[in-house]
Amino acid sequence: MARKHQNPTPLVAPSGMTTRDLANESVAGLFARPGRTALTVLGTVVGLAALVATLGLSRTAGNRIVGRFDELAATEIVISPKPSASSTSTAISTATSALPWDAPTRLLRLNGVAAVGNLSTLNVGSRLVASSPLSDPQNQTEFKLTVSAASPGLFDAVRADVRTGTLINAIHSDRNEKVAVLGPNAAERLGITRVDQLPAITIGDDLYLVIGILEGVARQPDLLGAVIIPEGTARQNFRLVSPGLVVVETNIGATSLITSQVALALRPDNPTSLKVVAPPEPQRVRDAVKNDLNLLFLILGGVSLLVGAIGIANVTLVSVIERTGEIGLRRALGASRRHVGQQFLLESTTIGFVGGVLGASLGTLVVVIVSAYQSWTPVLDPATPFLAPVVGALTGLVSGTYPAIRATRLTPVDALRSGT
Amino acid sequence: MDEPTIDEVDGVVAPVIDLRDVGKRFESEPPVDALVDVNLKVQQGEWVAVVGPSGSGKSTLLNIIGCLDVHTSGSYRFDGIEVSDLTDKQRAGLRSRGIGFVFQSFHLLGQRSVIDNVMLADVYRKAPREDRRARADTALEQVGLSHRSQFLPTRLSGGERQRVAIARALMGSPRLLLCDEPTGNLDSTTTASVLDLMAALNLDGITIVMITHEADVANRAGRHVRITDGVLTEVA
Repeated sequence: MARKHQNPTPLVAPSGMTTRDLANESVAGLFARPGRTALTVLGTVVGLAALVATLGLSRTAGNRIVGRFDELAATEIVISPKPSASSTSTAISTATSALPWDAPTRLLRLNGVAAVGNLSTLNVGSRLVASSPLSDPQNQTEFKLTVSAASPGLFDAVRADVRTGTLINAIHSDRNEKVAVLGPNAAERLGITRVDQLPAITIGDDLYLVIGILEGVARQPDLLGAVIIPEGTARQNFRLVSPGLVVVETNIGATSLITSQVALALRPDNPTSLKVVAPPEPQRVRDAVKNDLNLLFLILGGVSLLVGAIGIANVTLVSVIERTGEIGLRRALGASRRHVGQQFLLESTTIGFVGGVLGASLGTLVVVIVSAYQSWTPVLDPATPFLAPVVGALTGLVSGTYPAIRATRLTPVDALRSGT
Repeated sequence: MDEPTIDEVDGVVAPVIDLRDVGKRFESEPPVDALVDVNLKVQQGEWVAVVGPSGSGKSTLLNIIGCLDVHTSGSYRFDGIEVSDLTDKQRAGLRSRGIGFVFQSFHLLGQRSVIDNVMLADVYRKAPREDRRARADTALEQVGLSHRSQFLPTRLSGGERQRVAIARALMGSPRLLLCDEPTGNLDSTTTASVLDLMAALNLDGITIVMITHEADVANRAGRHVRITDGVLTEVA
């Protein structure tokens, strides 16, 4: 039996490859086709830039939205009679359970209340609103519009902006003057764009002078399409027996306290007869808004990343097919299946990593640019730019697995035969 | 170069290649016997030409000798080592340390320099990097291409490319130089030049097994064997 008598291990020892050689060969493999490598990296860059940008923008936008929410929703309280009380048909029971006329005065005494106003939707029956005394058979001149009554403080409470003219004040209300302020939609329907010519409208048979047109309101959006008259006028002409609801704006942070006090301040005799609607607890809403946004944008970013991953897998697979001859040569030179697989995996992982680094940079830049353009404060989780290269590398690793397995399955003979 | 092994029973130097009744059957439908009871011993320093028509089994024989494929019957000892007992990784190690390959189509990496292509042979030996370049330079000097070391293979002529491939094969001081139609893609002048180089290497003691279908090329070898329908015969 033949045996080696001297130094028996060198020839039969398994082939080996140092980490440095593996890294060198992988980098050389990537630079062998720099154009294609750059395009493959670009796919990952786009995917990860989208992910980082969407995460950053979702946080930035979420922060902005939550800020606005805090400003508006978290400072609004609406008080109305409970339906069981207000639906009573008799005048006596309505009077005893309704909101008091002096609700604004009472509530402004509470520390933390910024503005208060009464708002009532009037029952105008079949009366229509018209801007012209003439009836034009060709065009509609009479409209079925909501007619609301407002106390002077309502406009501050709903943060109304005036487009033109003036708003209803205490004198209009106290003197029961027949004046009206139009919401922008109502003004458009009535064809009234300015008030310097003292335009008038009719509600049924009654003539009202239009003294102002609203630009918009931050709360109670029904006012946009309404004709608003003074509360005192409504009490006289429409027999309004009590305010429909009271709108309160509080200072930020005072909402919970005021919510617990308003019913008692308005109806100390029967506080349970009132329905007080306060905004949900701000932290919970903030979390809900953020979660919704994060989920949406994460899905978008994830889809982008998936596209990038498919790109890496595709290109690596093509690379394996194109480099079949090289694989055969490497196997002939002593590479094991594992060495071949490792090289392709390292190449795809490197592509993913480089794409992650560039994508994180680009995504961060997008967040900053968009924020600067919108005058927002850019908000980005500090971990995101650092995690992106890791996610990119993992994407490359996973994407390269199948092509690498394909490469390892090639026999040296088949690989040498099919490639040059 | 590794020391030759010595047969402990006979006390003689073991042949580099020792094929005994080697067969190779491809389990296709119907099964094909590519090699039938092939017996071949090649001693160190021999230059053997394997000739035969296309499809006769030349490449299959080369793949088995080069440990790129495994035989299905018989025994194959390379330098005294029974190849069929080796694992896939051990066969890879044997290819890396014991055999230098020269292919008809050169199999050079087009985007890597000549010196990088030559040094590639050392990558899977876990050989120290320190003297790798020096040994690659020596191998290139052996084939007369020192002045082309930084060129890309795409800028070389066919003959030069084949010389680079030979330098790569010589890089690890192999026990065997296995050449598959080494002049198949070369013109007659370049063929003569490459064969001169192989003759010089053989004179230095390198064992060469060369597959060719060209009689002129085969005639440069010291020993000829013919393979027909998988059956190997010595040519006088």
